[in-house]
Amino acid sequence: MPFVPPEIRLAGIAPEMALVVSAFVVLIAGTFARSRVNRVYLPALATIGFGASIYFAVSVWGENELQLSDMIALDGFATFCKISLAVFGLLTVWLGSDYLTRDGIEEPEFYGLVLLAVAGMMLMASAADLIVIFLALETFSIALYVLVGYRRRSIEGQESAMKYFLLGAFSSSFFLLGIALAYGAVGSTNLYGNSENPGLAQFLSESASEATGVLVLATGFLVVGLGFKIAAVPFHMWTPDAYQGAPSPITGFMAAGSKLAGFAALLRLFDASLFALRWEWRPLLIGIAVATMIAGSVLAVVQEDIKRMLAYSSIAHAGFVLTGVIATNDRGISGSLFYLATYGIAVLGGFAVVSILGGKDEHRVRLVDYKGAFYEHPALAGALTLFLLSLAGVPVTSGFVGKLVVFGAAIEAGYSWVVVIGMLTSAIAAFFYLRVLVVMYMQEPDESRPPIPVGRAASTVVALTAVATIILGLFWSPLIGAAEDATFFFVGG
Amino acid sequence: MSIDPSYYLALAGLMFAIGVVGTLTRRNAIVIFMFIELMLNAVNLIFVTFARMWGNVDGQVLVFFVLVVAAAEAVVGLAIILVIARRRETSNVDDISMLKW
Repeated sequence: MPFVPPEIRLAGIAPEMALVVSAFVVLIAGTFARSRVNRVYLPALATIGFGASIYFAVSVWGENELQLSDMIALDGFATFCKISLAVFGLLTVWLGSDYLTRDGIEEPEFYGLVLLAVAGMMLMASAADLIVIFLALETFSIALYVLVGYRRRSIEGQESAMKYFLLGAFSSSFFLLGIALAYGAVGSTNLYGNSENPGLAQFLSESASEATGVLVLATGFLVVGLGFKIAAVPFHMWTPDAYQGAPSPITGFMAAGSKLAGFAALLRLFDASLFALRWEWRPLLIGIAVATMIAGSVLAVVQEDIKRMLAYSSIAHAGFVLTGVIATNDRGISGSLFYLATYGIAVLGGFAVVSILGGKDEHRVRLVDYKGAFYEHPALAGALTLFLLSLAGVPVTSGFVGKLVVFGAAIEAGYSWVVVIGMLTSAIAAFFYLRVLVVMYMQEPDESRPPIPVGRAASTVVALTAVATIILGLFWSPLIGAAEDATFFFVGG
Repeated sequence: MSIDPSYYLALAGLMFAIGVVGTLTRRNAIVIFMFIELMLNAVNLIFVTFARMWGNVDGQVLVFFVLVVAAAEAVVGLAIILVIARRRETSNVDDISMLKW
């Protein structure tokens, strides 16, 4: 039998490869120059990497196939997620460059790790095999463990890194157990499978009942692993601590990117390959969604630290997106994608403002430090207002449209009662966003505070995200259209 | 002579359960991390057992991925624990509790 070399098409992972290559270039280049030079050209190199990545992702828009021995799905769904993730990474790098300069912790590792984390998140979005999901999850998690503890001298930073690490490793071993059980039930870890190779979706379509008991058990463990990454209750314990201790640009990056990556894997796994098992996993996810919305909103009310408050708000948002996931219809999938993209932009902008207003070493992150912020920094306070209104889901902002589409999808699927809970918790959530606004606008600033320097890159990030939040709130149809195309191409969906 | 695979699965389940209980009850960060490694190795045993039951090598290949990931995780995790231990001279997770609620 002649040896036939396997056909290797790399289009599906070209965006990731561009990021990994530029991560190594950044890490190597960073060792040659002094920090004053690095300050300029390392973010530039990272920007080029993200640009190349977006180019590769856009160039395969519309293709729909499995590549690399069916390990990688190349479809609109993955492409949509990859472009969003590259934008999140780009904003983080720009914001981070000012942050590192201010706090005097300029090291090339920051950019390298952000690039590698985004590469892992992208791989998560196009993974068509459980083991690829696991590798992608660990790639970005390990990078994030370091980034969370990036403020090495800060006690909070160290503590949050350790908590995030221990709980992250704990939850990924549950995820791995889920993979092992799924492999035991199916004989393969592929999400789709075909007549020659077994896979989850193919297995479920052929055998209705036999051995699915093990698969249901496996599904439960997979939910634990992914629920941790998207910060869903009861796997949310790490979120407030990690968000508080991490540097603000990284907190924003985690809230936007980690959540999108987790949901990308969740959507592909549950709404596509385990679709036939939906009657088994849907009650579980509904319970998690309801608990997440309620716990996130209620606990956010009592927070005195703005980063912790935004952490609980991000937990609540995971619950809102989950209502789109449980709808298991096309509108639910496209709505979730739209929601995650717009939420990511708003939350990155919010943490950009928090990072600037926090001052050196982020010593002003409590709610009382925001007293009269409007009178000291009108533009930044105005932008933060916009982001908080978007997170609260007020009309004319992108957050309103996002809530509308995911709740609409859930109603269409017949889960009106979940939507009612979602609306009620949104009302609770509006309270703590408004509380920040009251503090910023209606209270006098404390005297004798030194003015806070505002970097150029960081203010660019704030301006871009603010403009995007408004534009997507007014003209949402192109992005929703793109998300719908992404669902249409969704392999097996 | 071959041993019934269910024994291996039972052993792996027991190892995983010990790992979970140990992670939740121990107080030293390094010991917690060792229990997490025990959980990962329990899963490796499950992979190998299922690979034998199915008669394919997929599961055995997956074990290598898991080993590599566990090694990478150990490098980063031990570094984080070491930084804290240097600063505070403790690796007891009860003493490391500045961030609450």
